[in-house]
Amino acid sequence: MMFRFPLHIGLAAVVLTALAACDPAEVPTSGGPAGMRRLTEDQYRNSIADIFGPDILVAGRFDPIVRPEHGLLAAGTSEISVSPTGFEQIYTMANSIAAQVVDQSHRGTFVGCRPRDVKAADDDCATAFFRHIGRFIFRRPLTDDELKARVLASGRATRLSSDFYQGLALGLGSLLSAPDFIFDVDTTEPDPNRSGRLRLTSYAKASRLSFFLWNTTPDLELMTAAERGDLHREDSLRHQVDRLLASPRVESAVRTFFADMLGFEVIADLAKDPVLYPQFVRAVKADMPEQTLRTIVNVLLTDNGDYRDLFKTRKTFMTRALGVIYQVPVPQKDGWMPYEFPQGEPRAGILTLMNFLAAFSHDGRSSPTVRGKALREHLLCQPVPIPPGNVDFALVQNTADPAHPTTRDRLTAHRSNPTCAGCHRITDPVGLGLENFDTVGVFRTTENGATIDTSGDLDGVPFQNAADLGQAMHDNPAATSCVVNRFYEYAVRRTVVKGERDWLSSLNQQFAQDGYRVPALMRRIAISDAFYSVAPESQQPIQEAKR
Amino acid sequence: MSSLKQNRRTLLRGLMGSAAVTVALPFLDCFLNANGTALASGTPLPIRFGTWFWGLGVTPGRWRPARTGSDYDILPELEAIAPYKKKVSIFSGFDVLLDGRPNFPHQTGGPAFRTGIAPARLAFPGVSFDTLIADAIGANTRFRSLELTAIAASNNTLSGRGAGQMNPSESSASALYRRVFGPDFKDPNAADFAPDPAIMAKQSVLSAVADQRHALEQRLGSADRARLDQYFTAVRQVENQLALQLQKPEPLLACKQPGAPKEIPVAHDVEDAIQNHEVLAKLLGMALTCNQTKVFNICFNDSASSLTRRGTTTSHHQLTHDEQIDEKLGYQPEATKFIADLMRALGTFVGILDGIPEGDGTLLDNSLVVAHSDTDFAKVHSVTSLPVMFAGRAGGRINAGVHIDGKGESVTRLALTAMQVMKVNADRFGSGSMETKKPVSELFAA
Repeated sequence: MMFRFPLHIGLAAVVLTALAACDPAEVPTSGGPAGMRRLTEDQYRNSIADIFGPDILVAGRFDPIVRPEHGLLAAGTSEISVSPTGFEQIYTMANSIAAQVVDQSHRGTFVGCRPRDVKAADDDCATAFFRHIGRFIFRRPLTDDELKARVLASGRATRLSSDFYQGLALGLGSLLSAPDFIFDVDTTEPDPNRSGRLRLTSYAKASRLSFFLWNTTPDLELMTAAERGDLHREDSLRHQVDRLLASPRVESAVRTFFADMLGFEVIADLAKDPVLYPQFVRAVKADMPEQTLRTIVNVLLTDNGDYRDLFKTRKTFMTRALGVIYQVPVPQKDGWMPYEFPQGEPRAGILTLMNFLAAFSHDGRSSPTVRGKALREHLLCQPVPIPPGNVDFALVQNTADPAHPTTRDRLTAHRSNPTCAGCHRITDPVGLGLENFDTVGVFRTTENGATIDTSGDLDGVPFQNAADLGQAMHDNPAATSCVVNRFYEYAVRRTVVKGERDWLSSLNQQFAQDGYRVPALMRRIAISDAFYSVAPESQQPIQEAKR
Repeated sequence: MSSLKQNRRTLLRGLMGSAAVTVALPFLDCFLNANGTALASGTPLPIRFGTWFWGLGVTPGRWRPARTGSDYDILPELEAIAPYKKKVSIFSGFDVLLDGRPNFPHQTGGPAFRTGIAPARLAFPGVSFDTLIADAIGANTRFRSLELTAIAASNNTLSGRGAGQMNPSESSASALYRRVFGPDFKDPNAADFAPDPAIMAKQSVLSAVADQRHALEQRLGSADRARLDQYFTAVRQVENQLALQLQKPEPLLACKQPGAPKEIPVAHDVEDAIQNHEVLAKLLGMALTCNQTKVFNICFNDSASSLTRRGTTTSHHQLTHDEQIDEKLGYQPEATKFIADLMRALGTFVGILDGIPEGDGTLLDNSLVVAHSDTDFAKVHSVTSLPVMFAGRAGGRINAGVHIDGKGESVTRLALTAMQVMKVNADRFGSGSMETKKPVSELFAA
């Protein structure tokens, strides 16, 4: 079986970038394709809350985003469109939001003028309203045509309804239903500094930056900077990046990124057998991803720590519901409490928190294969080939077979089949290191009466237990290059292209120089040329080019 | 013409005024032409199309009939279909042809049949034939199509126009109810009709969304332009819905706005899924009767189904791989129970459509439902002899109740047959070895 590392850094590239690192000039990239990305549900909700305030209710659903093969959901936003069902929802939400914005209690805030007659159209007032609000909704000023279309349409609707505000609401609804709002569309212009090349407009840069660092639409200050063209100037761009990074809102980006990188979407559909695992109650399922995210935020943002420490940290957070799984007393009834696993405890690092353990297991039993695959693919960016179509699993996965009491025994027998061995060698030895935790993450030392052996190796580094496995992950260079590649993919929200590889390997080196600090990594991406660079249209994503 | 309308309306008022009208009625004869195939106004009775997918295939020796033709034998996993045998055709021996592409376990069979393309990577490879049918017949109903699933997973769908352009599935009965029978539902039998000015206002404004389409298109590459096309196709459905709300609907006496359903929470339990499916199916039946849509796509479970039976450690999917074949019985005893459950759900579905009278037959008679799975034998993920069934007569356009052996020919022949029955203007379907120009013509009614 071929073992593909799509973004693996070749030796030649490492040498080149080592030289480049001495040079303050950035390693150039081909630039990515100009594209359009559908807003995620969070981005939509954040945008509405930021433009109109958090008291505007947003009730509706979004078409699910499809995760590209070995990619992030964020990159899936570059591929997804809107289905008829999805648009029905968008349209209903848009009109509901618009009706709230112009209702008695809000119109004073958002409509800066009063119509001459509330029963008649007032094009001047409508024009002022749409010009002002449209700039925030489309993340750029409306064109004259766009503005005129809304004013005309609102006027027609007012005449039909004899209600100025109803006409205004419908016009606002049409802005919120427009592709220019639902998609973040790259707008380009000829680059005055490089003839023949395109660059993102100042407003497009503002959107890209804001969705990356805050997971929402640009705020007023960023829009003003865009209007002045400041984002094309290095010092002003850095000023804005530092301003955004200094805000607590960065946490929402870090959370969104890790939920995406770690494949949290499987949790929505996760269930454990209620008879065998009665402790897996609704509160546990709700708290477990939050525990992992709090742990990550604590290491990376609160402590501005080393990314690699995620695999070793003993610091986490508990709720009473989670305490049942971890067998930790939680005195407080509600909310979260900081907790540190004592030295010598079997748990250290995010791999030993129940979210990873439970999300990547079967309903009724743990799975070293599924856990190993998740570790390889999500945390090391090493795609594991899918099993061939005609495997006979029955031979070895009989849990009632007295000859093979533990999962290790059964998997070892399975690996004796050469067809299966290729992939299982990649997944199982690492997954077996976590076998001290059952399918919901409860600690155990035996399975079917036999002692569980958790020894194994990760790419040649031997380990005895889960804590050692965490250390091996900490020391594995693929773990850090993976998060660098993933963060860039998250930032540009598309598949990384070939012409960006060299730059990514230089970024990987800078990440090491920065002590593997994630805020520093985000800053480097946000101020880079690469992040904003647009290729001529011929550029294809890597995976397409490979075929 | 106008006097006829007057008569119908008068009659309608009389009926609605009488307390006796409490049960769903067939199209009354006076609304139909002499053959019972069209409304009196000349509008033919709508012919509906749907798909019904189940994951994890069938058990060898327990589903595929030994005899072909109309006298096909009913094996244990087809027992739930037996009452409708004359209206259900069975297809075996129609294969997914891979042309050297990998057989992605559970991810190849379903998409390959629906698009005619064996996926080269793990992504939906093309345009599913149900969307082509919806394009042909669904444009003038409120919903171009409705997608449903019995399990809680909106991404469980095989209907779409490629990765990123999939039609999500609804699993919540109350959400489906709100969407179809909520405030925007116009009772076709309401005595009075006046166009709602609020709808007129909405309609007059929605066009602004599409006004600047051209300017936006010019900024996009071809792939993104296709995505934008999708967007505006979706906008058109809403425009269409508004337009339909402004027209007096054709009376449909069998259409009765149902009561709000009881929500059944679903996770992985097979019994919950079966119950949820039945509630969804009944709502869908009424949505079809009320002509809210002509096309539907149901994915009962997903292809690598995680359905479980309460108190057991192993899901259906795991069972198909892990469970020993019982030497005496010759099959996996627990896995086959799940398949019997899935076929029971299909039987329930067919029964619901067949229980709704329409014209001189039933809703099922005026429908074509293509039921299929993703694999023949899930244990080894085989995609040869993909299990496919056709239910219904499509208004007499198709011969029903036969078992046909495809003898290794491409399963796309069945997709092309369905498309041609539903009057899609297509002479071929599929790509590579799966491209076919040959429908199963013996199915076409003379």
